[in-house]
Amino acid sequence: MTGITGTGSLVRLALRRDRVMLPLWIVLLSVIPASTGAAYAQLYPTATDRAALNAGSGSNPSVAVIYGPAYDLTTAGGFTAWRYGSFLALFVALMAVFTVTRHTRAEEDSGRLELLGSTVVGRYAALTAGMAVAGGASVLIGVFSAVGMTSAGLPAGGSFAMGLGVAGTGLVFSAIAGVTAQLTEYSRSANGFATGAIGVVFLLRAIGDSTPSASWVSWLSPLAWAQLSKPFVAEKWWVFPMALVVTAAVAAVAYLLAPRRDLGAGLFPSRLGPRTAPATLSSPLGLAWRLQRGSLLGWTIGLVVMGAVFGSIANGITALVGNSEQMRKIFAEIGGAQGLVDAYLAAIAGVFGMIAAVYSVQAALRLRGEETNGHAEPVLASGVNRASWAGAHLLFAVLGPAVLLSAAGVATGLGHGLRAGDVGTQVAHAFNAALVQLPAVWVIAAVAALLFGALPRVSVPASWAAVGVALVISLFGPVIGLGQAVLDISPFGHVPKLLPGADFNAAPLFWLTGVALVVAVAGLAAFRRRDIG
Amino acid sequence: MTTAISVSGLVKTFGRTRALDGLDLTVRTGEVHGFLGPNGAGKSTTIRVLLGLMRADSGTATLLDGDPWRDATALHRKLAYVPGDVSLWPNLSGGEVIDLLGRLRGGLDQRRRDDLLERFDLDPRKKGRTYSKGNRQKVALVAALASDVELLILDEPTSGLDPLMESVFQECVIEERDRGRTVLLSSHILAEVESLCDRVSIIRAGRTVETGTLGELRHLTRTSITAELAQPPNGIANLPGVHDVRVEGNRVRFDVDTRELDTALRALTTSGVRSLTSTPPTLEELFLRHYQEDAAVTR
Repeated sequence: MTGITGTGSLVRLALRRDRVMLPLWIVLLSVIPASTGAAYAQLYPTATDRAALNAGSGSNPSVAVIYGPAYDLTTAGGFTAWRYGSFLALFVALMAVFTVTRHTRAEEDSGRLELLGSTVVGRYAALTAGMAVAGGASVLIGVFSAVGMTSAGLPAGGSFAMGLGVAGTGLVFSAIAGVTAQLTEYSRSANGFATGAIGVVFLLRAIGDSTPSASWVSWLSPLAWAQLSKPFVAEKWWVFPMALVVTAAVAAVAYLLAPRRDLGAGLFPSRLGPRTAPATLSSPLGLAWRLQRGSLLGWTIGLVVMGAVFGSIANGITALVGNSEQMRKIFAEIGGAQGLVDAYLAAIAGVFGMIAAVYSVQAALRLRGEETNGHAEPVLASGVNRASWAGAHLLFAVLGPAVLLSAAGVATGLGHGLRAGDVGTQVAHAFNAALVQLPAVWVIAAVAALLFGALPRVSVPASWAAVGVALVISLFGPVIGLGQAVLDISPFGHVPKLLPGADFNAAPLFWLTGVALVVAVAGLAAFRRRDIG
Repeated sequence: MTTAISVSGLVKTFGRTRALDGLDLTVRTGEVHGFLGPNGAGKSTTIRVLLGLMRADSGTATLLDGDPWRDATALHRKLAYVPGDVSLWPNLSGGEVIDLLGRLRGGLDQRRRDDLLERFDLDPRKKGRTYSKGNRQKVALVAALASDVELLILDEPTSGLDPLMESVFQECVIEERDRGRTVLLSSHILAEVESLCDRVSIIRAGRTVETGTLGELRHLTRTSITAELAQPPNGIANLPGVHDVRVEGNRVRFDVDTRELDTALRALTTSGVRSLTSTPPTLEELFLRHYQEDAAVTR
């Protein structure tokens, strides 16, 4: 088969280019689940504690929306699978998508693949190499995390069932990204379609996991497979082979599509553009709007859908409370049925905040992208000063998340309010709960702006690392038993809880905003002093 | 204002690499100034410093009576820049990029824009990524030439243009000069330099090695002489500045440093000149000599 000639060289090239990022992904994602064992014993020392956890969080559909189904929280293994299964799968899927796009469509988009393609490299070599690198990394994460969990004292069978489940998710998304890379000419769109697919299957999983009557829906989501294989409870070993079959089928689609287009072209044909620029395209802000509006629209639609789905699920939670006496007791302690819904909505708002942070950093890093691909130079050599050029893009990092969180909040409130028959109150409440995340999002965006200004060369990986650290600390820190000093690193740890009856402390919102402002201004000041390029 | 660009002792280092090593450059107002040098000599770095995109480590640079770093924004309204490697936004059409860059510079002559589009035979509706290298270059050229500015900074602007477009470009630059605009033209195309440039500066390894009109530069080089004499030449080989003398009977061929031309010709006439061919040095020889010395220096 000459179509894949040169794949080996391209794999080596990809590994050389990713020699920092890939090991980072692999180590980070492999270590996290292994660290739970000891924390579980510490947090839930007695059988009574564990039974209470099982009956409480384990049966709570609002928790299942975020973490997935809890099959058995009375063992460290079952707890680990519940707490990490879906998140590990989510991050591995993201890793796979970014890696495949980076080595396929992004290489074509930049024109580098043309240079490589003229050498002895087959038509399918780049696609094969990209999927092989991402798939290989997924399998390594699966195996290493299984070895880690086993050596932390968890049963080997369950550890490997979970590791393979996560690897399967990575493999499927490597193939999906292989398909989306064929569709359009732009690597941004390829990533957009693939992460959109992740969003859709995350929703499917959330609906299936929180709606007992429709739990089959979860099977449609590769993100759920690691947990659905019931590691540490009753392992279903056929899940991984199933993932392999799906991967092969999706990859076959990519291989079918690849020869139907020219190098550099997409399956969707490109259209001619306007002869002259619209009046809006006459300032740095107009340019930033043109470059960022598509992404902002995509993220907004995604968050509106998520908010609407999560909101409409919220109402079902109160109905489930009556099921057992023990649950009713636990829920009474946190404020009764209404308290349960509020806690759920607060948790959802927290997730929206993290998603908005990812968007925000992406919007801020557009600056670095424009600089490295040579687009910034002609703009900065015209009558535009650096602050207004950088400020135009940063405006999206500041106001973009405000748009996203408002939309998500309103959608959540509508979804919940329409079912609960109380639209006014619910929309206002969900809106506030989402918007209260904003200052924490700004802090993370400001860190990206500072890195862009002061350390441009490392700004992209370092900014994503900052996002990763904040998310990991907020999501897993309390479970792993990290100290308060560590938890305080993440700005999301300071977001005040917006629960009825509880005192609302607005002070953190002010000082978080202040920190963000100072850090961002420092970043701009550093940017004005440095060389471009 | 008689000098548009005045640079002296410019130094810029990247880590251990010394990209600019005491560079001097003077561009007079209203002239087309050729900026030449081998690859990696520091031409683009100099231009980036002049555009305020980079800060020099030491030395002074004045652009249109301003400081390129401090007064960047104000100066940019008075100049237009065409980079050597034009990178366009993939989802913007060529027409949109031309309008955007023109408006950011503070205005675009609409009639000139349309005229240039026609002369350069450029379809402004295509999206950035679908243009070939030459067409991307044309987008930047149209945007720069249609702007109402005092100074054009062109960094190898014709790389990728076909010969027809190359001649359109030359016409345009001559028009610009006739309107009193100053042009700094970095180029490797000698015919272009020869037909456009009033003066040139040749740089090498971050330093200026020659500056002057092409005539002055030629003066620094050798002229080839072939002569048929009445009798065999006498003592030509011993004259100062004469090289590579070959005598075949009454015929003599030699190269002579242009400043010693007069002495050599006087010596020839003493032997009775029957015919004489004098070949001025080609630009190519001139540049190759400077470029090759660079190779010798770095080796």
